[in-house]
Amino acid sequence: MAGMAVAPHMSFARRMMQPGWIRAAWMTVAGAAFAFGLVAGIRALYGTYVLEEDPLVTVILIAAPLAFLVGIGGFDYWGRYIIGSPTKPDDHSDHGARSWKDYFRVNTDHKVIGVQYTVTALFFMLVGGGLAEIVRAELAQPGQQVVDPNTYNGLFSVHASLMIFLVVIPIFAGLANYVLPLMIGAPDMAFPRLNALSYWLLPVAGVMMTASFLVPDGGAFNTGWTAYAPLSTNAPLGQQFFTIGVQFAGTSSIMTALNFIVTIITMRAPGMTFWRMPLLVWANFTTSLLVVIATPFVAGSQFLVLVDRTLHANFFDPSQGGDVISYQHIFWFYSHPAVYIMMLPGFGIISEVISTKARKPIFGYRLMALSLMAILVLGFTVWAHHMFVSGMWSWLRVPMMITTMLIAVPTGIKIFSWLATLWRGVLELSTPMLFALGFITMFTLGGISGIMLAAIPVDIHTSDTYFVVAHIHYVLFGGSMFTIFAGIYYWYPKMTGRMYDERLGKLHFWMTFIGFNVTFGPMHWLGLEGMPRRVADYADKFAAWNLVSSIGAFFLGMAMLVFVYNFVSSWAGGPRAPGNPWRARTLEWQVSSPPPIFNFDEIPQVVGGPYEYGVPGSVHAVLNGDREKVPVGADGEGHAAAPATNGHGNGNGNGAHRE
Amino acid sequence: MRHLRNPYVQVGLWTFAITLVVGTVVWALPWEPEQASTQAGPIDTLYDVLALISAFIFALVCSILITAVIHFRKRSPDDLRDGDPLHGNTRLEIVWTAIPAILMVGAAVYSGLVLADIEESKAGTRTVEVTAEQFAWTFEYADGEQFRSGELHLVKDTPYHFKLNAKDVIHSFWVPQFRLKKDAVPGIETDVRVTPKRLGRYTLACTELCGLGHSTMRATVIVEDQAAFNRWAQRQRSGRGPQAGGVVSQQGGQGAGAQEQQEQVAP
Repeated sequence: MAGMAVAPHMSFARRMMQPGWIRAAWMTVAGAAFAFGLVAGIRALYGTYVLEEDPLVTVILIAAPLAFLVGIGGFDYWGRYIIGSPTKPDDHSDHGARSWKDYFRVNTDHKVIGVQYTVTALFFMLVGGGLAEIVRAELAQPGQQVVDPNTYNGLFSVHASLMIFLVVIPIFAGLANYVLPLMIGAPDMAFPRLNALSYWLLPVAGVMMTASFLVPDGGAFNTGWTAYAPLSTNAPLGQQFFTIGVQFAGTSSIMTALNFIVTIITMRAPGMTFWRMPLLVWANFTTSLLVVIATPFVAGSQFLVLVDRTLHANFFDPSQGGDVISYQHIFWFYSHPAVYIMMLPGFGIISEVISTKARKPIFGYRLMALSLMAILVLGFTVWAHHMFVSGMWSWLRVPMMITTMLIAVPTGIKIFSWLATLWRGVLELSTPMLFALGFITMFTLGGISGIMLAAIPVDIHTSDTYFVVAHIHYVLFGGSMFTIFAGIYYWYPKMTGRMYDERLGKLHFWMTFIGFNVTFGPMHWLGLEGMPRRVADYADKFAAWNLVSSIGAFFLGMAMLVFVYNFVSSWAGGPRAPGNPWRARTLEWQVSSPPPIFNFDEIPQVVGGPYEYGVPGSVHAVLNGDREKVPVGADGEGHAAAPATNGHGNGNGNGAHRE
Repeated sequence: MRHLRNPYVQVGLWTFAITLVVGTVVWALPWEPEQASTQAGPIDTLYDVLALISAFIFALVCSILITAVIHFRKRSPDDLRDGDPLHGNTRLEIVWTAIPAILMVGAAVYSGLVLADIEESKAGTRTVEVTAEQFAWTFEYADGEQFRSGELHLVKDTPYHFKLNAKDVIHSFWVPQFRLKKDAVPGIETDVRVTPKRLGRYTLACTELCGLGHSTMRATVIVEDQAAFNRWAQRQRSGRGPQAGGVVSQQGGQGAGAQEQQEQVAP
């Protein structure tokens, strides 16, 4: 960051124009002022009431964050390039982080961005988790104790939005940002500046959604993360903070996904054929395809709500010819694939952890990769299973039920392949492995309740009840969050250069596992018994299980404190991590922890599969000029070794990176 | 006894034990409320069948995992062995692709049959127009002399066809004891068929988030015999019972929930 440091002798004007927080601050204010002037001016010209909240806030919410992104420096290079100024020579002097302050600046190093993503997502996990604790406090007893119904509706809406858009989706992008280029032997992502901008859109979305609680008139958006029209189109001002926040989070996702796709296709080290890629790379490849295809639909659905609200376009106003159910089709066309966006990268993590910790090759590697592709394709054909009782065209229900149930097939393949990988391995039950095993059992439960919900007659009874709340938490917490914790512990030594405390890690796992089941298990029964979801109050007969659930939730909250303590204290003072503490085979472990600024002194040569544990003489890749030592036929699956693709992969990799 | 040490035998024993426990919990214990409609029976049977198959699959997954952890655990930190380098087994992979696929097709066909069964239109069906608004339900009886009410009275063993409308936002019509649910959507008319078969008082709850009063948007449902229904209907027509629509139905709609709340809040 030497080039960006603010020198003491710098003039006031230059200090203000330097990319960073000072420029971001005044530009944000200027952007807001411009938006205010624009809207107020136009309204004054029309002779309408000038200080109308909704349009003013809407335009400010669009303009101020964009100005912030310009101020912090997200567009500097492209800006100079566009106006023809000399661009800074791309010497990568701003790569890497030398102090904690570097994590608060625009940085194009994928490892810095990976940490930025992960830590930001963990921060919002604590915010979203805190909101959930208030929800459980209110639900501990029937009646109203802690918050009024309006605040309550805001709490679970913001909780869900943060957990989905600011935690699960971006934390996978963060972990993959850090390890994926290393795994494929690349020096960085394909588009480092786009990568930096993708990250900075994220805190904008998170702050916007959280800040909606400060809206004086009506508080936070309170129509659920689903924001069904016409409830959302008529909701108070807070709704705009979701509608527009989703645009920023969605843009961030799409840009990152494009980056991953291009990186994976063009920047693999020589010899890293598709069939030699670690499954995390496969998982992020399929996820990125899902994101690029599906995310525009959620952005679109919220954009339609936005124009309905501010410009009265009446897409969803039946009195003006609008169609209410079309909102749900557009929304779920993203939001069902979003479940896979929140799950497939976790599948990748679990494959890495289980293979390494069981010391065995992944059982049925190719079928594992193909099942990801099957989920990708099938994932786009099931969205209306969220709408079995919505009043949509009734004929559509049965085909959507069949496709939904068929997704159990590729998912089952993955579960059974992991189990077969465990079989006759040498299992090391450290924290990442515990979370991986916990994931397999809990996600199986979540998948099974998903099959029940797919059966239309059962869904007719359980739709929009606590059964669904239980299901999604078994999928997104017992599933996604468990894989996230597995991944964080697994790559913690690589990312921080320190070892975490194993005993605290195991304590965190067992507290999470118990707290999770006590919190969400009873919700199945509550739903079957007849408790609707999204209610601030419920009938007395549901009191007992709700109390159990709330106690579980507070216990789960304490588990997270153990995690945070371990995370922070180990980073500050844990023992130094060796390059490869797990004796893993994949490339990210063949360099130091943390890796050198440009990852590899020399682009590695991949000569075999990534998980050849127990295969005598097997080698995944050769590093640092050992090329003449490449063993002939080292590839476990018996492919011709890689030198044939050498020039191709190498040239592409460097070319894409240097642009 | 030596067989018991065999990991494959242990997987079998664990699977049996866990299926027994989980199966008992999900199937034998009565989690669902009483069956008050003819549709509830087939739906519950479908649930039970899926739950038992699920219990077995969950037990199988857990058993393999537990057995692997017990048998193939790393014994000491110095144990640097690798596992057996098994890359796959095509026959096994075909088996665990094909069996779930067959199971799923079976589940889909069975679900489809149940769906056709519960949605079948029957002779002698009566129609009730249901209007949902923030945060009340109004029921309009169309046969004979028309009248409206905030309470839903139904005659036992009579097939009903509810036509659902919403005035403002989406609401959802659900009586857990009937097991049936359908959204009421502004701009279109949706419908749901129910044949009540058990006398009693039930609560209709809104299950689609509809705003501040969502949690208290409930209505009382009374299933009675024809004579009791006639007496009630007579009172409604002559205007002595709780009046229809607007303000009164608002009270009717919130009555059940509001009363319960007051009881709970009272110190």
